[in-house]
Amino acid sequence: MSESLLDVRLSVNGVLHELRLPARRLLSDALRHDLCLTGTHVGCEHGVCGACTVLADGRPVRACLMFAVSAVGLELTTVEGLADDDGTLSNVQQAFVECHGLQCGFCTPGFLTTITAGLRENPQPTHEEARDMIAGNLCRCTGYQNIVKAVERAAELGAQQEVEGS
Amino acid sequence: MTTKLMGTGVQRVEDQRLLRGHGRYADDVAVDASTLHCAVLRSPHAHARIVDIDVADVLDVDGVHAVWTYDDLTGPMAEPLPLLIPHPALTHGRTQYALAKDEVNYVGEAIAFVVADDRYVAEDAVGRIRVSYDLLPPVVGIEAARAADRLVHDDVPGNVGARMEQSTGDVEAALAASPRRLTLDLDVERSACMPLEGRGTVARWDPDIDRLQVWSSTQTATGVRAVVAVKLGLDLRQVDVITPDVGGGFGVKINHPWPEELLVPLAARTLGRTVKFTEDRREHFISSAHERGQVQHIEVGFDDDGRLLALDVMFWHDHGAYSPYGLIVPIITSTQLLGPYKPEVYRVVFESLYTNTVMVTPYRGAGRPQGCYAMERAMDAIAAELGKDRTEVRAANFIQPDEFPFEQGLVFQDGRELTYDSGDYPASLEKIKALIGWDDFPAYRAEMAAQGRRVGIGLACYVEGTGVGPYEGAHVHVETSGKVKVATGLTTQGQGHATVFAQLVADELGCRFEDVEVVTGDTRRMPYAVGTFASRAAVMSGSAIHLAARKAKQKALKIAAEALEASPDDLQIVDGVVSVKGSPGSAIDLGTVAVLSNPLRYAFDEASKAATQFTVGDASKPPVAEDEEPGLEGTDFYSPERSTFASGMHAVIVETDPLTAEITVLKYAVVHDCGKLINPTIVEGQIHGGVAQGVGGALYERMVYDESGQLLNASFMDFLMPYVTEVPDGIDIDHLETPSPLNPLGIKGAGEAGVIPSAAVFASAIEDAEGLTSTGLAITAMPISPSDLFHLRLAHAEETS
Repeated sequence: MSESLLDVRLSVNGVLHELRLPARRLLSDALRHDLCLTGTHVGCEHGVCGACTVLADGRPVRACLMFAVSAVGLELTTVEGLADDDGTLSNVQQAFVECHGLQCGFCTPGFLTTITAGLRENPQPTHEEARDMIAGNLCRCTGYQNIVKAVERAAELGAQQEVEGS
Repeated sequence: MTTKLMGTGVQRVEDQRLLRGHGRYADDVAVDASTLHCAVLRSPHAHARIVDIDVADVLDVDGVHAVWTYDDLTGPMAEPLPLLIPHPALTHGRTQYALAKDEVNYVGEAIAFVVADDRYVAEDAVGRIRVSYDLLPPVVGIEAARAADRLVHDDVPGNVGARMEQSTGDVEAALAASPRRLTLDLDVERSACMPLEGRGTVARWDPDIDRLQVWSSTQTATGVRAVVAVKLGLDLRQVDVITPDVGGGFGVKINHPWPEELLVPLAARTLGRTVKFTEDRREHFISSAHERGQVQHIEVGFDDDGRLLALDVMFWHDHGAYSPYGLIVPIITSTQLLGPYKPEVYRVVFESLYTNTVMVTPYRGAGRPQGCYAMERAMDAIAAELGKDRTEVRAANFIQPDEFPFEQGLVFQDGRELTYDSGDYPASLEKIKALIGWDDFPAYRAEMAAQGRRVGIGLACYVEGTGVGPYEGAHVHVETSGKVKVATGLTTQGQGHATVFAQLVADELGCRFEDVEVVTGDTRRMPYAVGTFASRAAVMSGSAIHLAARKAKQKALKIAAEALEASPDDLQIVDGVVSVKGSPGSAIDLGTVAVLSNPLRYAFDEASKAATQFTVGDASKPPVAEDEEPGLEGTDFYSPERSTFASGMHAVIVETDPLTAEITVLKYAVVHDCGKLINPTIVEGQIHGGVAQGVGGALYERMVYDESGQLLNASFMDFLMPYVTEVPDGIDIDHLETPSPLNPLGIKGAGEAGVIPSAAVFASAIEDAEGLTSTGLAITAMPISPSDLFHLRLAHAEETS
């Protein structure tokens, strides 16, 4: 017997998508397989590693712990939505380039989204706060050293823009 | 003049794609609704006979396309998976079948394979397969394997897959003659690579060209290609393997073929559809390989200066239920155990044992962390026994800089003599002492003690054979646009190969770094290759790429010399332009040289008009000279006679809580000698990652099997991988650059070093903090948790009261 399907409207990176999905479809799978937004990665499917972190109304959530149907009405941002429309990298992305903040890149999208939300809430973190900001995400390549540096560099880039913009 | 890029921390070219979410990992390939997905029925039992498998209900599930069990496999697919690395000492090698035949030997072994519209449906179907088993008693752990009152494989007596011995002399006589002797019994737990991306394979059969395309998250594309061709009865020319972005490897993805790496291509060919398998995390825990896991017995004889007169080591290695990767891990332990030292006589014996647990294959370090742990624990024990500083005892045993090449008198993992090519261990020791503040530590300890705080310092030294053969190759092609396309066959899992190899090409060829594009692990571009393991990519492919770029350069100079009417010796290539030295007006760019290199009959654009047969060359000679080929290309291979030996030392200062036994890292320092550095930023990134994995292995990570062979902590909730909160806040790194004489760039491997001395260095420091050294060796089992340390304290208090 076929699964019954539901109409699901997902707003992702400012674009509204109309989908027909089974109720059990995880948000991570809907993003990846139905919307082909494969930048969101799945590392554990039990909410521990944080690779699948996306922003829902600006707050970081684990897409593997949510059903797609639960995301209706939320403004979702994935890693594909972090750069400016003209392709300029966001401060967090740019900081990762400058600080060698990634190696294999698999966990990176989850760090980028998490730090993006973290710096919005606390644009000038102390060193301890910078470490704390990424303390819920796993990375097996970098030993986190350069990710912490990237958080601090992104904050610095943000501060520079504040000065330039003011 | 362009400055050399070798040795500079060039930013990675890979990052733009990966940071924008445009990476392409295995599960990102063929993302469309027509792709079929797989799920695997895995054994819930560690040891059982399969009585019956009933799949009747499966095909009723809407969206299921096919199901395979062993009985559906034919020809080579029905044979056991290959034993990849045979060895004369591996007298009882055993490998599993792609799908279990009659018997299962670990929880997680593949039994049935379902292909469906999506993974959800495939898992529904797996749930409908009914298997009846006759349970057999499982063998779990080294002790049970050695006891051998139960057997994993009926035809493997004593559960012993291999017994191997190497020695450099009469160790018993040397022990007897030693003025001082010590015995150590040590234990290292199991751990695993745990890349954030598990395994994944996608296959597409193209009936129009009679050809199979396979994407696999692997550390060896050519290895997968060869075995897929053999198992599916295809010609090698009918199989392409493309390595997509790989989300971490650390060793586990060098083993091949995993059952799914064969079953996915089989399904794609059978069904005529694109088929994908993506491993989930629990599957990775229970069906992908683990490592570490040894019990060691060490007898050491020494003199009053701590000089090693005799070293006799016996260890037992748990290789799990099967032995596809041969004896590589225990051979490396047994040889690399020696580190930077030169005992007068050494004997090592190991037994590689079967247990009813998932197989053991290399994990970053590949047996070296265990060997380093054994040797360095012995060094600490000798120092404690003699009341000497731990660095003094080590220094007394170092191979000296003027002793290279140094023959250890053993055979290494590649079947070659264990000969160290270069190194400077006394210089490393001076650097690490300065970096960690070794000589100032007693004052610091006293200062902390006055505050009621316990601190300890430890160090550990290692030598790592890197860049093992047999070879790697490279192809460098200058296109008529001036862009330089480079291919090498080994694969990439985050090491920044596209960046460092482009640095080497830009330096040697003289083109712009930005014009170089590097492809790795694609058998269509470089069909001859081995793989990425043993810290070999920079040494092997780096050297091959350097040599291939040199060939392309020589060809460019020859063609340009003719065009510019100059001698090749008078030419230089800078930023992609060939010019006569001292007369910059006389120049031609590499793109034009590429045009001239390929005499054409048909022009296709403005540039190619210059290459038609009426405009190019001497009419009295053949358009393509004898011994020449058209195209501005260079292909070369690098095959060294033996490995090159990197080395290093780690030191750590830890604090242990007097009440809770919590262990905190206060300072971590690394001195690392991987010969000439290509990109220091990337090398330091490798060290950072290695250290973090080492911290995990030393303090947190263990695979907890119960007596029935169930892995109790098969999730990221229960298997404690370090978050940022567990790793040192800052790692002090200093480099020593002792060039290797074995390759043109003087480089040595850097990928694994960060993880090798971790268990040893933490054991040393924690013991020091606890003040346990005066009673002999206190820490004998790693990893050590606060709870372990607490119990150690209790035992110690009882002993001394």
